[in-house]
Amino acid sequence: MAVASHGTVVREHAHPSRRRALTGFLFFAPFLLVFVAAIVAPLLYALVLSLFRRRLIGGTTFVGLDNYLRAAVDPEFIAGLGRVALFLVFQVPVMLLLALFVALAIDSRRVWWPKLFRLGVFVPYAVPAVVGTLMWGFLYGGQFGLTGQIADAFGVDPPDFFGQTLMLPALANIVTWQYVGYNMLILYAALRAIPHDLYDAAEVDGAGEFRKVWSVKLPALRPALLLATIFSVIGSFQLFTEPKVMADLAPAVITTSYTPNIYAYELAFNGQLVDYSAALSVLLGVATIVVAYVVQLTTARRERIL
Amino acid sequence: MLLGLLAYFLLPLAWLAINSTKSSTGLFESFGLWFADDFHLFENVRDVLTYTDGIYVRWFLNTVVYAVVGAGGAALLAALGGYGVAKFDFPGRRLLLAGVLGAVMVPVTALAIPTYLLLSSVQLVDTPFAVIIPSLASPFGLYLMWIYAAAAVPDELLEAARLDGAGELRIFWSVAMRLLAPGFVTVLLFQLVHVWNNYFLPLIVLNDPAWFPLTVGLKQWNEQAYAAGGGGVAVFNLVITGSLLAIIPLIAVFLVLQRYWQAGIAMGAVKQ
Repeated sequence: MAVASHGTVVREHAHPSRRRALTGFLFFAPFLLVFVAAIVAPLLYALVLSLFRRRLIGGTTFVGLDNYLRAAVDPEFIAGLGRVALFLVFQVPVMLLLALFVALAIDSRRVWWPKLFRLGVFVPYAVPAVVGTLMWGFLYGGQFGLTGQIADAFGVDPPDFFGQTLMLPALANIVTWQYVGYNMLILYAALRAIPHDLYDAAEVDGAGEFRKVWSVKLPALRPALLLATIFSVIGSFQLFTEPKVMADLAPAVITTSYTPNIYAYELAFNGQLVDYSAALSVLLGVATIVVAYVVQLTTARRERIL
Repeated sequence: MLLGLLAYFLLPLAWLAINSTKSSTGLFESFGLWFADDFHLFENVRDVLTYTDGIYVRWFLNTVVYAVVGAGGAALLAALGGYGVAKFDFPGRRLLLAGVLGAVMVPVTALAIPTYLLLSSVQLVDTPFAVIIPSLASPFGLYLMWIYAAAAVPDELLEAARLDGAGELRIFWSVAMRLLAPGFVTVLLFQLVHVWNNYFLPLIVLNDPAWFPLTVGLKQWNEQAYAAGGGGVAVFNLVITGSLLAIIPLIAVFLVLQRYWQAGIAMGAVKQ
């Protein structure tokens, strides 16, 4: 629709539509250039690398899908994938429900100082993941950590957040803390976009606040919720910074294959296996896209974003 | 309930602010959510800025350059491209768009290692370009600007400007850009957060501490602090105060530009 007008433009010029087409492409070209350099080229390069194997002696040989077959039975890679899957099954719903709750609360105008509240919830998003993890590490910690001090005051043993069982929930808490505000903002923006007549109509029909949320607000939020879910799923599969920083505190628990991304990193930089690492990166990207697609397929067709 | 929630989001930041006023010993000896006897903030700030020849200042400036050039460039390219796609018809436009939208789903972190491999093959590793070039491409920014331009820039206005004899670039600058401003600020801010907070990519493509951004530098200090443990030089107070200084600029930018980015999100992110 946005371009429908080009057929009706002034006709004095020789080839207005062709010239117009060139102009449009020239506007797009700079973006295209960095897009190819920063995204398409690395992707293709990773694909190519993943089909070869480099040896110190004997050079580089084409090995076809060998690297992928190796990954398919690599217990460390599979364990890492399982870990992020477990992480995402619990973390994403909790985070999105919290974000939904906050967005609805602010939208209902029953919150004191809604602007301050909105900002307070959003602020952690502006904090680098490195810093966020450092802070929570101190709060969890045994050395001069808050948890330790509070447990001390009550004369009980503090929970061991750096142990095998609590590490994943501890990481989930950090990610949740960071991203509730961002998701809340997307949902809140969608709520503000609901036309007011819908509320008026609902009120005429005698709907209370709860009914309005259920029948008007939630259906209108579905596309935004879908977008937020997809981005969260992508984020979970890519988990790297939080566990990497946490590894300083819990080196025994956060192994070199704790998440697939950490594993790929270790292989490339400490294992000298760049081709295998490239194959893992490709697999990880494919897995992410597949899961994101499944999320979309489970919702109504008309709401698909991509 | 809501107050409890707010406390949850602000507690770690309060902890950070309080504990940046403590000396190394104060950290260990006082309660985490209250001040120690001595007020050590200014000494801490001075120590952060001077530790190992003032490397922190260097990291800070690096981060500013990466963020301003990377995010500013990304927002500008997204605005130009989104406007071009929304307001002009050219062959292959749909195909290009499909490619870009597909890339929205390609996780940036999955690209980090391939990006390193590619950059090292063209000898750009360990230079600022290794951080800046990947930051310039924001498929999501393009998507946002495309939707925004389609909705916010009326064709009639462009036609009127053309009839007045204005060139296309001039029309973009003085007519379209004004209408695109809220969308532009939104893309700029989100890319700014992305670049300022990015850790994985710079960690991989940089080896020389002189090029580090704050995130990689602070992580290194943290590693040192924990490795030193009880003995050695534990620099926990530097990590804490350095972290506080690293988050202030972004929060300030968000506060100053609040009105714009909120309007931009309301229009761009969800409506279609």
